[in-house]
Amino acid sequence: MTVRLRVLLCLVLWCAIGGSSLAVEPDEILPSAQQEARARSITRELRCVVCQNQSVDDSDAPLAKDIRVLVRERVASGETDEQVRDYIVQRYGKFVLLRPPFEGDTVLLWIGPFAIFLTAVTIAAFYIWRRGNEKNVAPPLTATEELDLNRLLQDTTP
Amino acid sequence: MNRFALLLPLLLFLGLVAYFAVGLTRDPSLIQSVLIDKPLPAFDLPAAGVDGVRVTSAQLSGRVTLLNVFASWCIACKVEHPVLLKLAKAKKIELYGLAWKDKPEELKNWLSELGNPYAAIADDATGRTAIDLGVTGAPETYIIDRKGQVRYKQIGPIDDYVWENTLQPLIARLEAEQ
Repeated sequence: MTVRLRVLLCLVLWCAIGGSSLAVEPDEILPSAQQEARARSITRELRCVVCQNQSVDDSDAPLAKDIRVLVRERVASGETDEQVRDYIVQRYGKFVLLRPPFEGDTVLLWIGPFAIFLTAVTIAAFYIWRRGNEKNVAPPLTATEELDLNRLLQDTTP
Repeated sequence: MNRFALLLPLLLFLGLVAYFAVGLTRDPSLIQSVLIDKPLPAFDLPAAGVDGVRVTSAQLSGRVTLLNVFASWCIACKVEHPVLLKLAKAKKIELYGLAWKDKPEELKNWLSELGNPYAAIADDATGRTAIDLGVTGAPETYIIDRKGQVRYKQIGPIDDYVWENTLQPLIARLEAEQ
């Protein structure tokens, strides 16, 4: 195997492993598979406050582990997903939700891109419509032009 | 098309530049605490290093106090420590500690080596009180007013600059409050 191929293989493997979550440790996992799945779906959408672009589910930070354990405890104690999420939000704010809720101060965030897109489409449509309506047909020939044209067409001399 | 319409893209672009320029001056790692102007979350923890004594959130009420989240494993806390010692010695602050997931033995060594600026230290061995406080990393310091409300959260070590420019004026203002 050439060196280049080996490096490439390592990269591919690294990406494959890095892509899946390795942070959850065996001792954290709940005995009930259903509850574990719920806990994971919650922590996957919680931002780790230490390494902010990772979810609590992905992060190796000790604080993320504490929050994973806390979420699992609360899920096991029978709380709904909503209650568990609220518990964390009360402590860390809405910032920890990787999916921002649709509320007054996030309207721009959710609607903004669509509003800009619609505006752009409207402007484009308006321009195209206006251009289509423009009279870009040449005005008819005057009487003298008509005579000139006929004379030219009938003139067969080389 | 009039002249203004031709300038519009440029103006929009300049608007974006201004928007991003402001955004770049903000530190995204500083998460504003949701506790500001709210009561300090209740806790009742064993006092570190003193058997049979409890440190409770109720003790941090009635006057302006500081609650410093620290740990012997935290390197930035070691940087902050001399400043806290100096302030406590000069009686400029009433300082409580929250030992965040620290080992009793290591904490004891740390304090005997570096000195103890704290009136009392709550031992948060599980880290649950830290989560209640919304701690994102050590050190963090909460300023608590007479009513027991959190008024400010200092993220990162307190140094002379932070003390003189932020905390001292704030504490003076809170102490003047009725």
